[in-house]
Amino acid sequence: MALLEVTDLDVRFYTEEGVVRAVDGLSYEIERGERLGVVGESGAGKTVAGLAVLGLIDAPGRIEGGEVRFKGEDLLSASDERLREVRGGEIGMVFQDPEEALDPVYTVGEQVAETIRAQTDLAESAIRERAVETLDRVGVPDPRERYGDYPHQFSGGMQQRVVLATALACDPDLLVADEPTTALDVTIEAGILELLDDLADEYDLAVQFVSHDLGVVAETCDRVVVMYAGRAVERAPVEDLYYDPKHPYTAGLMASVPRLGADRDRLPTLPGSMPDLVDVPPGCRFHPRCPFAEEACTKREPPLVDASETAADARADSHQAACLAYTGDLSGDLDFEVEVRE
Amino acid sequence: MTLLRARGLTKHYPTEEGLLDRFLGNRQWVRALDGVDLEIREGETLALVGESGCGKSTLGRTLLRLEEPTAGSVYHRGDDLTSLSTAEMRARRADLQYVFQNPTSSLDPRHTVGELVGEALDVHGVARGRERDDRVRDLLETVGLRASHANRYPHEFSGGQRQRIGIARALAVDPELIVCDEPVSALDVSVQARILNLLADLQAEFGLAYLFIAHDLSVVEHVADRVAVMYLGELVEVGPTEAVFSPPYHPYTRALLSAIPEPDPLWEGDRIVLDGSVPSPVDPPPGCKFHTRCPVASEDCGEWESHPDLESVGGDHAIACPYYDRVESTFGGD
Amino acid sequence: MTREPTTERGRLRVRGFDADATTDVDWSPDRGGRTASRRARAWRRFSGNRTAVAGLVVVVALLVLAVFARPIEVAGVTVQPFALAPYAPATTDVAPASQPPSLAHPFGTDWAGRDVLSRVLYGGRYSLAIGVVAVALGVGVGVPLGAVAGYVGGWVDEAIMRLVDVLYAFPFLVLAIALVAVFGQGFWKLVLALVVVGWISYARLVRGEILRVKEEEYVLASRALGVPDRSILARHVVPNAIAPVVVQATLDVGTVVLSAAALGFLGLGLPPGTAEWGSMLSASRDTLMQGQWWVTVFPGLAIFLFVLSINLVGDGVRDAIDPQGDSRREAR
Repeated sequence: MALLEVTDLDVRFYTEEGVVRAVDGLSYEIERGERLGVVGESGAGKTVAGLAVLGLIDAPGRIEGGEVRFKGEDLLSASDERLREVRGGEIGMVFQDPEEALDPVYTVGEQVAETIRAQTDLAESAIRERAVETLDRVGVPDPRERYGDYPHQFSGGMQQRVVLATALACDPDLLVADEPTTALDVTIEAGILELLDDLADEYDLAVQFVSHDLGVVAETCDRVVVMYAGRAVERAPVEDLYYDPKHPYTAGLMASVPRLGADRDRLPTLPGSMPDLVDVPPGCRFHPRCPFAEEACTKREPPLVDASETAADARADSHQAACLAYTGDLSGDLDFEVEVRE
Repeated sequence: MTLLRARGLTKHYPTEEGLLDRFLGNRQWVRALDGVDLEIREGETLALVGESGCGKSTLGRTLLRLEEPTAGSVYHRGDDLTSLSTAEMRARRADLQYVFQNPTSSLDPRHTVGELVGEALDVHGVARGRERDDRVRDLLETVGLRASHANRYPHEFSGGQRQRIGIARALAVDPELIVCDEPVSALDVSVQARILNLLADLQAEFGLAYLFIAHDLSVVEHVADRVAVMYLGELVEVGPTEAVFSPPYHPYTRALLSAIPEPDPLWEGDRIVLDGSVPSPVDPPPGCKFHTRCPVASEDCGEWESHPDLESVGGDHAIACPYYDRVESTFGGD
Repeated sequence: MTREPTTERGRLRVRGFDADATTDVDWSPDRGGRTASRRARAWRRFSGNRTAVAGLVVVVALLVLAVFARPIEVAGVTVQPFALAPYAPATTDVAPASQPPSLAHPFGTDWAGRDVLSRVLYGGRYSLAIGVVAVALGVGVGVPLGAVAGYVGGWVDEAIMRLVDVLYAFPFLVLAIALVAVFGQGFWKLVLALVVVGWISYARLVRGEILRVKEEEYVLASRALGVPDRSILARHVVPNAIAPVVVQATLDVGTVVLSAAALGFLGLGLPPGTAEWGSMLSASRDTLMQGQWWVTVFPGLAIFLFVLSINLVGDGVRDAIDPQGDSRREAR
């Protein structure tokens, strides 16, 4: 049994403009200690997917269907009390902007201690001790002295470490990290990613890593789900995804990333833009932007199917893509490929 | 030919202290720019790179006098922009334009796209009446929008389209230079590539020069002819793109380059993780401002009278670090 | 295909993804015509708000009743011939004095034998006119002063805002009483008293908004284009700062009507005997003790109904033009 199993998750937001189908039939699972990347551009539904795991969808949003099983327990039907226990206890969460995640009127130590207090019956001195330890673990220098400092006395990178400390204080099994380094500078980002790596190895922590940055995902994750317009379009082990993408969207995204040392003046592009989730294109949602689209793509919504070339590859961690090319409904070929410079 | 030249450009502004501190004379100054010399040549793309808070946006704005410099001069066509009157400077803005990072907050939500783009034409008397409307439509088509979009409001567009509107507005007055302040960092990857290509096309068509302010070095490598790297209000390295992206390096440039995540799961390059965080510009370190985090610093780096000057290391390429050769002997290979 | 670990950057490259081969990039859902302007969307939000619409209906109804209560003559020419009120408000002895409500006089008659229904209907003219005129003048004075204070700053700002602080320090009623005592009674004098204390809240509100909008990037963008300060203020700053003023002004119409009624009740409003709601309350103060409730209740009810409705409208306007409604779309 996987640590987290999400099946057919369906999240909608009821707005003035209409019903936004933010997440539509999303399924994935995360094993213990595994790092799963959820990749997509803004509006793909990746953040909502992360929030839904923790039951943090607020009005006008609602989870309309599907299952979120954590260690076999259905979180969607769990009581509020149980959910509070899970949040911060067994599942930690890190957001993009550390400045918003920390309360400016409490000391950083108090904020870490608060999570521990909510989840355990430890004595006040033991709670403090554990908070200091956690701050130390995430690389806050002189944690005992800095316990009483306020968030504004920390730099952005240090603030994000404190947020990590609040998420990890109770030794969770799963960390949902939503763009945890996007607001940070590259040199700081490098440090946080290294820390995440170390912590995940050391504590056998599973991570749902939500990001738009293909570079960060390549470095951090074991497996990847690529999302487009609320749906998963490709799932694969990280190496297969980068060296042998199966979905045209993934290929287009990979092509348009600027890479250092690539010796190209002009970047290949992906035409058009992500559709408004109130009104998605019929058939395959990517078809208006897809160079390989055919008549059939405008009619049938492709299911997420196995896309590996040989039957031997069709394992549990198989390579899946949601494209009609893999259901035999396309007359042409997807003739893109990744070239590796020798 | 030099288009714009900054000499000793300095910008200090007061931190927002309480009234009491002001009375007691405890006012502190943020040293956003500390005597920057920079030149932008006709028709080139000069990228200005650095981390948040290094003063790169302040430099962009001070060059165009959107913020008044504390000291120093900016020369354009033989005139010192800092000594022009407000009216003279307003007229000069037809040559010197600005594109903002956030296309949402830089477009007034209460005006249609046509009004926003047309405003520049009205102000500089470029075109009137029917001719003005035609020009607005042309501009929208030039940046890849449709002429009919002139009647719509900014909120009806996607982020990438809004940035195109911002670019059309800057192009309207037929400028020589556009300062692009992180024009693609708020955009998605697939949109970013198209905006970068658009900027390149416009440059080829109109002979524009760009000052391209960015934090993402992989983008910079694609667009820039020359690169200037900033740290805490000082330039630490300036040179042609190929030269800056290959040895010899300033230690800071080297660290920045190594930190960029590579979209290749099998990449195993070494990263230089810099210690600590960027010091406060209110109280920058003495001597070389980078010495507190520099992986190759020696003790004397913090004892110099001032931040080291840019010294040529061959041709156009200059580095503000006397020990730059230590970088390759320490981290070489790559 | 080689999948060897590497330290070299940029070695992957996607081939064969030809963006130009897409055929349907401009696919967009058919929404049936153009999307609505800001104003149209605000109106849609407002009209979807039931309590606000109910408030608006009541306000409009009171307005119509007041206008059509008695014929209006301008320079001897009748411009409005209708008369919904059965009697002129000042006509005495239309029936025996102090009659309780009856079919002939649904709201009863007062001590002078005047028809209370007619007086309440006609009295709307005074109350509503005072509310609208005093607020309009207050906005007219407060908004420019606040805008100048906020945009120009420096000593101009100091001078205007210190004056505001001084006026704020006076209890409103005491100040109004003092003004009425100096100027005397009468419609315009009452309006003047209300404007003198009314404009300060707009000045303060607008100044704060201007300070906020001034920092917006689109203002800097206009400066970068070389737009003169005056145009920036008129085209970009004021229009973006005005939304809260509209809300405040709507709510203030109610407050001003209450203030006018309070002054009327204290006998400081319009001359005694005028069919203004507050003055009517004041005149009937003593008769209430004698059980003649109708003389008090109906004008009081009119004030209550109007102020409540205008508050509902104000809250509806606030929700309708709240910029969050626009930004929520972008947050996705």
